[in-house]
Amino acid sequence: MTEGMVMNLVRLLLYLVGMIGFAAFNAAYLTLLERKQASWMQLRRGPTEVGPWGLLQPVADGVKLMSKQLLLPRDVDVPLFLLGPIMVVVPPILCLVTIPFSETLVARNFNLGLLMIFAFGAISTFVLMLAGLASANKFSSIAAARIVAQNIAYEIPLLVIVLSLVMSTHSFNLHTIVDQQAGGFWHWNLLRLGTNPLMPVAFLIYFICLLAESNRAPFDMVEAESELVAGVFTEYSGMGFGLFFIAEYVNIVVGCCLATILFLGGWHCPFGLLPGLHWFLIKMYALCVMVVWVRWSFPRTQFYGLLNLSWKILIPLALANLLLTAVMLKLF
Amino acid sequence: MESAMPVKDLKASFEAIAQRDAVSQSLVAETDHAAKGTNLDVTVPAERVGDAARILDLAAYMIEAITGVDWLADKQMEIVYDFVHPVSGERVTVRARVPRDKPELPSISAVFPGANWHERETHDFFGIVFEGHPGLIPLLLPEDATFHPLRKDFAP
Amino acid sequence: MSSDAQAIHHESFVLNVGPQHPATHGVLRIKLTMDGEYIVDAEPVIGYGHRMHEKMGENRSYAKFLPNTGRMDYVAALFNGHGYVGAVERLAGLVVPERAEYIRVITCELNRIASHLLWVGAFLVDLGGFTPLLYCFDDREHILDLIESVTGSRLTFCYFRFGGVCNDVDDNFIVGARDFVASMRSRMPMYDAFVSKNIIFRKRCEGIGILSADDCRKYGATGPVIRGSGVAYDVRKMEPYSVYSQLDFNVPVYTECDCMARYRVRIDEIVESLRIVEQALGKLPAGPVMADKVPRALKPPKGDCYFNVESARGSFGVRAFSDGSENAYRLKLRSPCFSNLSLFQECSRGMLLTDALALLGSLDLVIPDIDR
Repeated sequence: MTEGMVMNLVRLLLYLVGMIGFAAFNAAYLTLLERKQASWMQLRRGPTEVGPWGLLQPVADGVKLMSKQLLLPRDVDVPLFLLGPIMVVVPPILCLVTIPFSETLVARNFNLGLLMIFAFGAISTFVLMLAGLASANKFSSIAAARIVAQNIAYEIPLLVIVLSLVMSTHSFNLHTIVDQQAGGFWHWNLLRLGTNPLMPVAFLIYFICLLAESNRAPFDMVEAESELVAGVFTEYSGMGFGLFFIAEYVNIVVGCCLATILFLGGWHCPFGLLPGLHWFLIKMYALCVMVVWVRWSFPRTQFYGLLNLSWKILIPLALANLLLTAVMLKLF
Repeated sequence: MESAMPVKDLKASFEAIAQRDAVSQSLVAETDHAAKGTNLDVTVPAERVGDAARILDLAAYMIEAITGVDWLADKQMEIVYDFVHPVSGERVTVRARVPRDKPELPSISAVFPGANWHERETHDFFGIVFEGHPGLIPLLLPEDATFHPLRKDFAP
Repeated sequence: MSSDAQAIHHESFVLNVGPQHPATHGVLRIKLTMDGEYIVDAEPVIGYGHRMHEKMGENRSYAKFLPNTGRMDYVAALFNGHGYVGAVERLAGLVVPERAEYIRVITCELNRIASHLLWVGAFLVDLGGFTPLLYCFDDREHILDLIESVTGSRLTFCYFRFGGVCNDVDDNFIVGARDFVASMRSRMPMYDAFVSKNIIFRKRCEGIGILSADDCRKYGATGPVIRGSGVAYDVRKMEPYSVYSQLDFNVPVYTECDCMARYRVRIDEIVESLRIVEQALGKLPAGPVMADKVPRALKPPKGDCYFNVESARGSFGVRAFSDGSENAYRLKLRSPCFSNLSLFQECSRGMLLTDALALLGSLDLVIPDIDR
């Protein structure tokens, strides 16, 4: 073995461990963030007992989930039912491969990174659907039917928005997209009104689609706990149930990472100073806090309200945005 | 919703029922609301409760409750219907008595669909059979209940 | 049923909502026949919490039944007590001192506010919004503290006695109630901004769950349900019991017949109840809180009577039959939730599951009140 190959292997291993660690850490501590933030919004105190300020709560939760029995109801489709929780965590973690956290910190920087993220993102939908159908539970089946309709509806505006962004950046490479936004917040795609005056609207659509795609309230049709008990998760127990939540939080992280990269200048400082990982993380977690904030502020939408919002408002707006970008590119 | 039919007119309608049958057990009385909680207290023959309900439905009364009473000593069961007018607030109580060994009378659930549950409940508790009821199955008691707990001779 | 059965699409299925389901707030079961997400038929199945209070009313003395009243509609327990003591007082011809009547009105209206606050929180949870519940509980907590200081309990109150109330209110209660009225008034704009103006909330309530006034009449639905359908039926105005005739208040009525109308009625009722509490505190006369010479073993004369009160959920009625003995011969408890739920089967036909559960939430059901 040459030295280069060894280096490559070590690099690969380090990134693998790093990514899984990053995903697990985020899933664990975003739950704590969610609980703390929710309690702060609701005049409560949230977890305080385990560790200082409840900081070890996620560990306790993890131990609890892992020590619980995995129940297999009689009528479930066993292979699919067991595959569900495993399959659902893999795609979001794989998405992290191509996310550039800073100038140098990226596992694999390839040209079609953006495309890859959406390709993997689509897999999650199918896994959730299969898990719901395999559960042989009517609540799960209804949720499974809902999730397909929901994800198709929101994939379209999301992709159209990203397409218009790609048209103005001329690249699918996330590293390149971030590099174009260097030197202060007025260079961010969010505010590049010269190429497209509708950019802030595009960001808003992206954010709404992010909530819908990661099945977060107010679009949590997958779980819909006051209607469908726990939606597709109804029959899952123990860590099987826990994995769905890990996947949900990693999905949020990936979505927020992508929002940071596409619209908020990635690792660049808003004032053109000291670029680096910290700026990326600050922006990303700020978006995560917003996601949680929205969840605890709104009731759930109706299912048809959700579809109407996408088909009647978001898709026409996204298409108008695409058209405007094309016109602007042609004119200027 | 139209305004209330004055109690006097209602009284005349109920007396018409009584006269048609020429049955002496019909009784229509205006009562003191402060003492009895009702403005008109009507006793009709058991087979005429449907007519009474239709009169009240035409006068836009609202169904409030149906209940039974087991008069063990008289060997009778009494069924008490409470109606209230949602605009004027006037109350009408309709009573009917059936023999205890054959407690049957017509259902009024076709006139007031809300009577459906009240009659099922009364059937649960007293075993009173409401003829023409769409489904006289136990409502509050267990599905397989064969007892009627509010009968005075009920022993658990 | 048979004509419905033929109309059912061949792929329809039965969905059991309850007896343990997050949307039913208790042991209510609704057997839904669904065609996809549309409801073909919804059959409520009740009786899981049936305790036969009416039989208990017959086999113990009048006074011994008093604690039972707090265990039917436990969210607004004082109204049940009021209905029961009212019926027995009417039967026995007891006259209640005016101070006691005022105290009854004050505590009952506070209880109504607490009940409506709980409903607002629970309804929002039904719609998937969890946060308002905690704000409602924060305000409700103040009321429970106040009522606890005079009744001694926080939920299943047993405060009213035949001929009065068992405890007089003290200055702390009066000052506390005045403070609460002021603080609750200042909180109302927050609820308005947080809930009433929330776009998703409005989309989920406006035009959803239409109950016509005629349906309400034929099923006997009362309280905020019928007032949200444009009928100003309120026992406090129609048959003024206690001292309601001496107090100035409005009956909120909305004609939209939807969930939003029922929500607005309840929110307006909170405001009206605050007015009633304020006036009653101002008019509270001095004097005894129990009538003289109420016998320990009450034996009302033979006869029967009906007494009903406007509970937080509608008209709660008691029909009492006395045979002159220490026990009631028959005690009929008319619960508002029972009638309010009975119209669900007809009105939910053809609705989407989501909307039907919003309708169910807007009826403000307390299951032990239905089951009794």
